[in-house]
Amino acid sequence: MKTFLVSLLLSFACVFPAAAAIDTYEFDTKADQERFRSLIEELRCPKCQNQNIADSDAEISLDMRDLTYRMMIEDGKTNDEIVAYLVDRYGDFVRYKPPVDKRTFLLWYGPFALLALALLILVVVVARRRKAVTALGENELSAAEQQRIQQLIEQTRENK
Amino acid sequence: MELALYIPELGHLALILGLCFAVVQAFFPLVGAWKADHHWMSLGQPAAWGQFVFLLISFACLTWAFITDDFTVAYTANNSNSMLPWYYKISAVWGAHEGSLLLWAFILAGWTFAVAVFSRQLPEEMLARVLSVMGMISVGFLLFLIVTSNPFERILPQSPVDGRDLNPLLQDFGLVIHPPMLYMGYVGFSVAFSFAIAALLGGKLDAAWARWSRPWTQVAWAFLGIGIALGSWWAYYELGWGGWWFWDPVENASLMPWLIGTALLHSLAVTEKRGLFKNWTVLLAIAAFSLSLLGTFLVRSGVLTSVHAFASDPTRGVFILIFLLVVVASSLLLFAMRAPSVKSKAGFSLLSQETLLLVNNIVLVVATAMVLIGTLYPLILDSLTGSKLSVGPPYFNALFNPLIAILMLALGLGVTLRWKNTPVAWLVKMLGPVLLVSAALSLALTMLADEFNGAVLLVYFLSAWVVFAGLRDMFEKTRHKGLWVGLRGLSRSYLGMHLGHLGLVVCAIGVVLSSHYSAERDLKMAIGDRVELGKYEFVFEGAEHFEGPNYISDKGTIRIFKGEKEIAVLHPEKRLYLVQRMPMTEAGIDPGFTRDLYVALGEPLENGAWAVRLQVKPFVRWIWLGALLTCLGGVLAACDPRYRRKISTRVKDALSTTKKGVANNV
Amino acid sequence: MSKGRLIAVFAILLGVAAFAGMAVYGLNNDPRELPSALINKPFPEFKLNNLLVEGQTISKQDLLGKPALVNVWATWCPTCRQEHDDLNKLAKQGVTIYGVNYKDESAKAQRWLTELLNPYALNISDPKGTLGFDLGVYGAPETFLLDKQGVIRLKHVGEVNDRVWREKIGPAYEELLKQ
Repeated sequence: MKTFLVSLLLSFACVFPAAAAIDTYEFDTKADQERFRSLIEELRCPKCQNQNIADSDAEISLDMRDLTYRMMIEDGKTNDEIVAYLVDRYGDFVRYKPPVDKRTFLLWYGPFALLALALLILVVVVARRRKAVTALGENELSAAEQQRIQQLIEQTRENK
Repeated sequence: MELALYIPELGHLALILGLCFAVVQAFFPLVGAWKADHHWMSLGQPAAWGQFVFLLISFACLTWAFITDDFTVAYTANNSNSMLPWYYKISAVWGAHEGSLLLWAFILAGWTFAVAVFSRQLPEEMLARVLSVMGMISVGFLLFLIVTSNPFERILPQSPVDGRDLNPLLQDFGLVIHPPMLYMGYVGFSVAFSFAIAALLGGKLDAAWARWSRPWTQVAWAFLGIGIALGSWWAYYELGWGGWWFWDPVENASLMPWLIGTALLHSLAVTEKRGLFKNWTVLLAIAAFSLSLLGTFLVRSGVLTSVHAFASDPTRGVFILIFLLVVVASSLLLFAMRAPSVKSKAGFSLLSQETLLLVNNIVLVVATAMVLIGTLYPLILDSLTGSKLSVGPPYFNALFNPLIAILMLALGLGVTLRWKNTPVAWLVKMLGPVLLVSAALSLALTMLADEFNGAVLLVYFLSAWVVFAGLRDMFEKTRHKGLWVGLRGLSRSYLGMHLGHLGLVVCAIGVVLSSHYSAERDLKMAIGDRVELGKYEFVFEGAEHFEGPNYISDKGTIRIFKGEKEIAVLHPEKRLYLVQRMPMTEAGIDPGFTRDLYVALGEPLENGAWAVRLQVKPFVRWIWLGALLTCLGGVLAACDPRYRRKISTRVKDALSTTKKGVANNV
Repeated sequence: MSKGRLIAVFAILLGVAAFAGMAVYGLNNDPRELPSALINKPFPEFKLNNLLVEGQTISKQDLLGKPALVNVWATWCPTCRQEHDDLNKLAKQGVTIYGVNYKDESAKAQRWLTELLNPYALNISDPKGTLGFDLGVYGAPETFLLDKQGVIRLKHVGEVNDRVWREKIGPAYEELLKQ
């Protein structure tokens, strides 16, 4: 997927994306390592654009990884503090998980509202259709439709 | 020999002639259908054939330019090189903008040709309208191609001695077939779209219409699925990160039509079998193709930041935007004005397949809307307020995964329920045991693992639920005939459905297990270093210099042991492609059914040591295996004999939808 | 046409127009350009060596008092070479420019300033990129406009050439001079 128009990618100022960034940080515990990994995966490289700082091997991503490592392991800062520190300098752009505020209300709650609305419509549709069942009994189809369905059924049988 | 010099001009000419045929195909059949003029309508098919033949010639000419290293053609010079292996020279044809557009137009002509050949049994007006709509789409794309992106443009007289080479990223087998598959899917949805528009134009939306467009939709959907899966697989082994899905705008652009296409498949089933939800189905068909076009717009225009975004030519962006707007606006307006307002009187109760297919549609449409909102939100917010933010994997995962869980929950119920109404007692008898077995099995499986994980438990349960409910239903359907005879009696459509659902399950298990049980380490490895990860031991034996046809490389050797036994030797590479001076990571992968061992080289450090990434990824292969099964399910369903010609003719006669010309007059 | 359909038609047209507006905005704007998170915020505190005067340190206080540009540059950055002449021209016109030599080797940077002339009123040496980081720099060159209290008013990523000065930075700078 990461593809088909990469040919002009060279015009980007940033380093090529297909060379993975691999560091050699040491961690005392597996939990620390995982926490570090998931945090740097949630941060976006401001230079290479759509890459997280874990994958990007741009200079600035390296700085950001170093900083994250230092703040996390040496200074014992929380994830929120680290993210806040970076956002203060680079803006909300650097977090892949946008903050929940009035700008992102629609983003975070829109899909839920849509789902609720859709379920409401579903309830109405089903209620109506149920009435159709009770009002018309089993033979609610028009004669023509009945005939068609009959045809379809028969010929499905024939073809088994 | 002399003539061979003019092959690019021949290709250009063929392209223009193809456009002429497309114009004929767009105009005459439609007017013919309107005036009930047989001659005019009958022009559609030959025009489709002509268009196909000329685009084939055009495509062949461009391929010729690549194979013969004709660097007087600008597109060839920019995307090929005499050192490139021959198979990559061919795939380089669609390696960049102009060529991939030509491929797109060629595939569209191919689909049109297929419709013209295989749909002879369609009523004359219907076929005329379908071909005409496809012709209009073709006109749009061919104009785009000829006006803004001519692949045959020459650099004369000062043409380069050698080409600038194909982007190394694209020099890979996965990328040879990924774009054609994807385009087959994108463009294939134009068939469903054209059927929908033709039905709206003709004012005849009925079960027969759904039946005609169903196999086309299934095939297109399967191609799109394969295309997406290939891209994901490629990203996994080629980018060197071990990731397989990044929620990149370009990935989302292909996922959205697939999701809506999935909703469309299910909705078509209801429309075909029960004559319900016709308007909704039409709307989905319009949406699926519109999203394909939107994807093209997003990718080509560079309005969104993406790894793929490229320095774009603004006229191209504007052209494709206008085309997108015209298609979306006109088809929606047509829908708003012509959609039949007569409601089907068919009823169904709460516990019916209809209800559950509606739930399926709701979930898939909400999921699509969510992906769309997430993809466009940065742009929307930027254009309204000027503030920039990023929407990435944490957002999409948080919202997408629960939706898929709901979908799977509904799926088990849906395959069991009957049309119209299902007695509660019978349902309990059917699904009660399934529920119990699934719960017990999933708990037992979760206990086996070292640490408890809610997501893993959930995916086990949902998978078991879907699989057992499907088996239960199959068992119920074959009960009276004995299992073997019964199984053979099941329709391909039915089996395809179950295969597709199985694919979803396999994919879901792969996704959850590989993300929760992966082990990964980035570290410095000196020669002879031994590192333990999971149940495996990795031994680094250094890296050697190595020369490929158009690259140089450092090729590492890593031996992997399980206990005392050596199970794999991997050779991850760090390549430098010479023409474009581009470094590339080639991961070393030992694939396995239950786990992949994944090794990538980073930077060389002192004394022959390297920065190395080691990964153990359990069940990661299931992701693509599942996707493949799902697509095979779609193909199997499309092969159902009931779609074939003779039968359809019989149905059509029975339905008396034809007034005159049944297709034998062609 | 029924009323419901008319409403639907309007809704569709409205939706399409809204999308078109957004798309046109998208086409006309480079998504790669990031606004600074520091606009209207005070310039970060720092204490770094003077690139040209050994043993002297520079801090934020040295940058206050009049509107000025802060230009982040490095010798490894080709665009910095391109804009250097423009910066010299601006300095000659009396614009105060402070230079931040970002992640660079001091010797190379000193040679660069000797050979290509020095447009900077002060040269801050930032070899580790710490000040650059606090400024949210993600690649050189980047140029900030400060008011006399040291509040960042504007940021430009990329080359400062005639057009950028005329259309973007210049007017804002003139505005600050009047205050």
